[in-house]
Amino acid sequence: MLQNQKKAWLVLANGMVLEGKSMGCTGTVVGEIVFATGMTGYQETLTDPSYYGQIVIQTFPLVGNYGINSMDGESQHCWLKGYIVREWCEVPSNFRCEETLDVFLKQQQVIGLYDVDTRHLTKIIRETGVMNGAITTDENYVKEALLEQIRAFSVKDAVKSVTCPQPEEFPSLDHTRKVVLFDFGYKFNIRRELVKRGCDVIVVPAYTTAEQIKQLNPDGIMLSNGPGDPSENVEIVENLKEIMKLNIPIFGICLGHQLMALANGAKTEKLKYGHRGANQPVIDLDLDRTFVTSQNHGYAVISDSLPKEVGYVSHKNANDSSCEGVRYTHIPAFTVQFHPEACGGPQDTAYLFDEFIALMDKKEG
Amino acid sequence: MPLRKDLKKVMVIGSGPIVIGQAAEFDYAGTQACRALKEEGLEVVLVNSNPATIMTDKAMADKIYIEPLTLDCVKRIIEIEKPDSLLSTLGGQTGLTLSMQLAKEGFLDSHNVKLLGANPETIDKAEDRQSFKDTMESIGEPVIPSKVVTTVEDALDFAETIGYPVIVRPAFTLGGSGGGIADDPEQLRDIAINGLRLSPITQVLIEKCISGWKEIEFEVIRDSKNNVITVCSMENFDPVGVHTGDSIVIAPAVTLSDKEYQMLRTASLNIINELKVEGGCNCQFALHPESMEYAVIEVNPRVSRSSALASKATGYPIAKVAAKIAIGYSLDEIVNAVTGKTYACFEPALDYVVVKWPKWPFDKFVYASRKLGTQMKATGEVMSIGSCFEQAIMKSVRGAELKVDSLNLPKLEKMSTEEIMANLDPAHDERCFYVFEALKRGASVEEIHQITKIDEWFLEKLNNLVKLERRLASEPLTDELYLQAKKWGYLDSVIERISGQKIQNPRTAVFKMVDTCAGEFAAQTPYFYSTYDTENEAKEFIESKNSGKKRVIVFGSGPIRIGQGIEFDYCSVHCVWSLKKLGYETVICNNNPETVSTDFDTGDRLYFDPLTKEDVKNIIETEKPYGVVVQFGGQTAISLTSYLDQLGVRILGTCADSIDAAEDRERFDEVLERCNIPRPKGETVFTAEEAKAAAARLEYPVLLRPSYVLGGQNMIIAHSDQDVDEYMAIITRTKLENPVLIDKYMMGTEVEVDAICDGERFVIPGIMEHVERAGIHSGDSISVYPAQHLSKRIVDTIVDYTGKLAFDLKVRGLVNIQYVVYRDEVYVIEVNPRSSRTIPYISKVTGVPMVDIATRVMMGISLKEQGYESGLLPNADHVAVKVPVFSFEKLNNVDNQLGPEMKSTGEVLGIAKTLDEALLKGLAASGQNLVHSGGVLFTVRDADKAELIPIAEKFHDMGFELYATSGTAYTLNKAMIPTSLATKISENRPGSGIDLIEQGKIQYVISTSTKGRDPHKDSVRLRRKAVERGIVCLTSLDTANALADCIAMKKTINDVELVDITTIPER
Repeated sequence: MLQNQKKAWLVLANGMVLEGKSMGCTGTVVGEIVFATGMTGYQETLTDPSYYGQIVIQTFPLVGNYGINSMDGESQHCWLKGYIVREWCEVPSNFRCEETLDVFLKQQQVIGLYDVDTRHLTKIIRETGVMNGAITTDENYVKEALLEQIRAFSVKDAVKSVTCPQPEEFPSLDHTRKVVLFDFGYKFNIRRELVKRGCDVIVVPAYTTAEQIKQLNPDGIMLSNGPGDPSENVEIVENLKEIMKLNIPIFGICLGHQLMALANGAKTEKLKYGHRGANQPVIDLDLDRTFVTSQNHGYAVISDSLPKEVGYVSHKNANDSSCEGVRYTHIPAFTVQFHPEACGGPQDTAYLFDEFIALMDKKEG
Repeated sequence: MPLRKDLKKVMVIGSGPIVIGQAAEFDYAGTQACRALKEEGLEVVLVNSNPATIMTDKAMADKIYIEPLTLDCVKRIIEIEKPDSLLSTLGGQTGLTLSMQLAKEGFLDSHNVKLLGANPETIDKAEDRQSFKDTMESIGEPVIPSKVVTTVEDALDFAETIGYPVIVRPAFTLGGSGGGIADDPEQLRDIAINGLRLSPITQVLIEKCISGWKEIEFEVIRDSKNNVITVCSMENFDPVGVHTGDSIVIAPAVTLSDKEYQMLRTASLNIINELKVEGGCNCQFALHPESMEYAVIEVNPRVSRSSALASKATGYPIAKVAAKIAIGYSLDEIVNAVTGKTYACFEPALDYVVVKWPKWPFDKFVYASRKLGTQMKATGEVMSIGSCFEQAIMKSVRGAELKVDSLNLPKLEKMSTEEIMANLDPAHDERCFYVFEALKRGASVEEIHQITKIDEWFLEKLNNLVKLERRLASEPLTDELYLQAKKWGYLDSVIERISGQKIQNPRTAVFKMVDTCAGEFAAQTPYFYSTYDTENEAKEFIESKNSGKKRVIVFGSGPIRIGQGIEFDYCSVHCVWSLKKLGYETVICNNNPETVSTDFDTGDRLYFDPLTKEDVKNIIETEKPYGVVVQFGGQTAISLTSYLDQLGVRILGTCADSIDAAEDRERFDEVLERCNIPRPKGETVFTAEEAKAAAARLEYPVLLRPSYVLGGQNMIIAHSDQDVDEYMAIITRTKLENPVLIDKYMMGTEVEVDAICDGERFVIPGIMEHVERAGIHSGDSISVYPAQHLSKRIVDTIVDYTGKLAFDLKVRGLVNIQYVVYRDEVYVIEVNPRSSRTIPYISKVTGVPMVDIATRVMMGISLKEQGYESGLLPNADHVAVKVPVFSFEKLNNVDNQLGPEMKSTGEVLGIAKTLDEALLKGLAASGQNLVHSGGVLFTVRDADKAELIPIAEKFHDMGFELYATSGTAYTLNKAMIPTSLATKISENRPGSGIDLIEQGKIQYVISTSTKGRDPHKDSVRLRRKAVERGIVCLTSLDTANALADCIAMKKTINDVELVDITTIPER
């Protein structure tokens, strides 16, 4: 039983302070506080590069039940800044478990906080919108000084910080196609889904140009998920405008979807508190069907801003009607805001990878 | 797609009487469905044989037939009502099976009735073992190696090829009836014979035993547009091998990584898509604990017990959504009623955990086998919600009304560690307590896991509680330690007991919301659970609503058990509806997930918490109600009365003192003296010696029972000192807080009255007379309305006594009084100043809305103002019988002889112009197959022999072959009734009763014995054999006589008119 644990505090930009206990690393960290509602998949959340710069609250109260293993990571390490749970499991149980959540956070140097009323916290974020905050284990912290840091904080250079330095190749078994995967902070399962479908994947840095792509001569281009404000990525958007002209089939996910929209003249906006969870209903307007999707985004494409001549909104969120997908009509491309690669979350939209394959085949055919 | 335009009139089939495996959850589902249909302006025709249900209420449907759920009856109703469609998936297995039979016969097509919710082809894919297996294999979903067999020989052969142990699962039976695990050919032979018999299509599945794998369930919903979602996952505390209805369950699943979770979730979606279910579906999986290997165990293509649990665990109303889908809507068109903003096409996110704890009937059936296996034995369950598993399981265990307030079971303290360890496996109802005790004694999690295969996650959590209790017992009770104990679900009283220290700064619980979305959206209709934290959402919610109305809390009746069933939920729900109509803000407290009362929108607010003193106090502190209602929640709510009174809470209706006066023996005697009403002589005793001395004074036979009981728990008729000794030994096993009552036993006609009193007037809607004489518990007797054999003088006396008692006890609301008419005199047996089990029945057959009237009385609207005169209302122009239904086939070794201790789990109604016709309906509805020829086996105790003669003669005259054991045969033959001899079972000679039954020669067994219970006795073995073979077995000559008269009419229920009870005028 957890006894005599070191205290830790969460300081919110609005001046509120919540006392909890420390897990993972000690120290002080400032970030943007968001909540995630998935009931499983905490390891995937912890290793999802899209959480770069953020402090994540898990709404499900029991975290770490099945431990951490070396297989389920969605990237090489943790990108989020802080992690808040109600309770973490000291003695996890699962045949693949290799270590506890606490040990993992310590290894990854993530500052964690537990034993706080996460529901209360979630409701604060829901009511006021995404807020900056800090976790500290320093009992002598100076609130005003910390608040200054908190208020000054913003997630910057997110993509630059998470993208890979150089291209890397991941061959498939049957080498039927070649796909370039833009790493804006990609989740491993995007790559796995492609490799599984016979695609040799070349992961390339976020700032790869049209010219470089052309030399690789891929059958398709995959634009990955990633962190931060999409509109910050001016250079990438400009590159994409050129890449589109190559007329190579493109499939975009999350940040990739937003960047593609920006490249096509649409605008993005910040959502009040974003969509982060494994239960977001998305209507596929072409199919007139609703799918339960995994999501993690704080920004969205403004549906009305998409120029009619480039394409149309193909998916919308059933709860708040925000844009969840675009089909482009002038180029062979489609993008979605949610995560068809799942991990964690439902696999119901994995068929989109098949559509991407079909799009590449059609192009060739 | 919106509402189908071709639907105007929909028929709904309910699930019939409450039996083990099919309980109140289908009233909840059916009620939600009916409301969903009526909301759409559809005309609803309802068929259900169970009068205790809310769904058979006038408010729920336009036409209501409380008629036997037989194919013929349903066909006749379809012919009368001409519905355009039939909703098949909300009436449990009973409703589904009937619907499928109607569809397959072509009856629905020929009568232009559309089948909604499912089609026979897909249902077969799920329910027929072989097609299920083929279907699963065709979509690549693994199943356990198994084979469908129709003979015992094939079963044995297949078991040889896959190796023992094997599981036997009969096709199309409720709650896995007749199934079991066989370790060797001998056991397999026994189980297979029974399973084949119980299966309506004589088919069982022999399957490789995968005991020890994790058992995981998913609730899935699909619409006609192929939208599909999972509502909830659930993980069983007990690994595969224990029926999910008998397992402690946690939701959501906790030991699965996202990879495993999504693997099984995707499998669930694949299955429902393949089965093309339009509505709810339950998928059960076994998951190998050490690999990704899994197998589909079972699929229920309908709303089920698990879906009721999932609905309450998440706030997602599965039955309602399933009903809307069945009439054409798609998931993206149905609004999520809890948030009011989002749609039904999403998956609930939980920010708490839920634990379900089953309620077993072993406190009543002391000789029953408590071993848990593939056949469900629980009669009900409780659900609790907590911020962590520790808190939730602690709430469950104290909410299950097991007389424990923690995981410490007092009787285990005295046991040796060897005994504790030996009782960890195989599973039984008290296993969790043994596990806890073993941990307390220092057994390691690993060791217990090896023995039980219970996942280490659960064991570690239990071990946390063990460690906490050690700290409580050894450390100073600091605020920090106290808070930890509160967060882990300990009551203050338990903390003080374990620590031996006084709590310095007691805390009050705060309440958190169940809102389906983990706080992502603001909720309109949430419900609440207690926890220890900073924010009290209930308080904020009440303040934000600021309705200005007076708040009234209605306490529910907790888990369904024998003696306290769905009737009390009916009463609680009706009370809430009446209060709402009267302009009060109503709050429900209950912890039973199977009920209508815990539906999120029955009251204005719901608290899903145990009904213990401290839990209730917390709710009161947050709600600050104008008053509380205890008289509709059975003994569970009644037992809170004096505590609530002490807290200074206004008890609406009859006051605490009156309740005490009726239950306290001496005070009650004073009441009777004042009113000059006789009762059977009696005394109160504490020890066996006192009991025997009292019995000598009263003269045998005597009736023994503890005071403050319900359902005749632990009640017997003693004929000798030996009986008294046996009884007192059992009853004194637990500490006696209240004395044992010992009464002269009078074998007269039992009469029951429910009345409403306001202090100035009293109303009796009708008098009920029991077919069986006193000695058989009123809940197990056939109850007839109106009384058929009472003289005017007796009726007048009963009315007079009822008024006197109601006035003297200052009853405000309902009162139930039981009388015995013995040698033409009326005696009072007991008075319960509260709602009773007969309220829904008598309300429906007399047309008097008793709960509504009583609620108005409680709120100060007099009977006069409501237009009622004092006294007995005139008889209705039909006769109604309430016939008990038992679940004996689910419980091994339970003696089915009826006595003063209640054994029935449910009831059905028979309503007709005459008593015989009503009985015919009632008996048919209760599942008794009345055949007009064959053999009857008699074996009765000496006291009954003389009375048996005229009954035996009736059977003989109708052409039945008579058989009897030696003494009985002698009596009958001497009376010139030709009777063949059945040898004693214990003599092991051919020609015994059991042989005759196995040879199929016996259609009725009539058996009474002075002493029963002990499963090794011949008489008990014979009766059990009859139960196992589905043969009508009567243990009262009164019932036998009524049955004989029924058979003698040579009528079938097809000759009796069907009654739409909405045509009974309201009075």
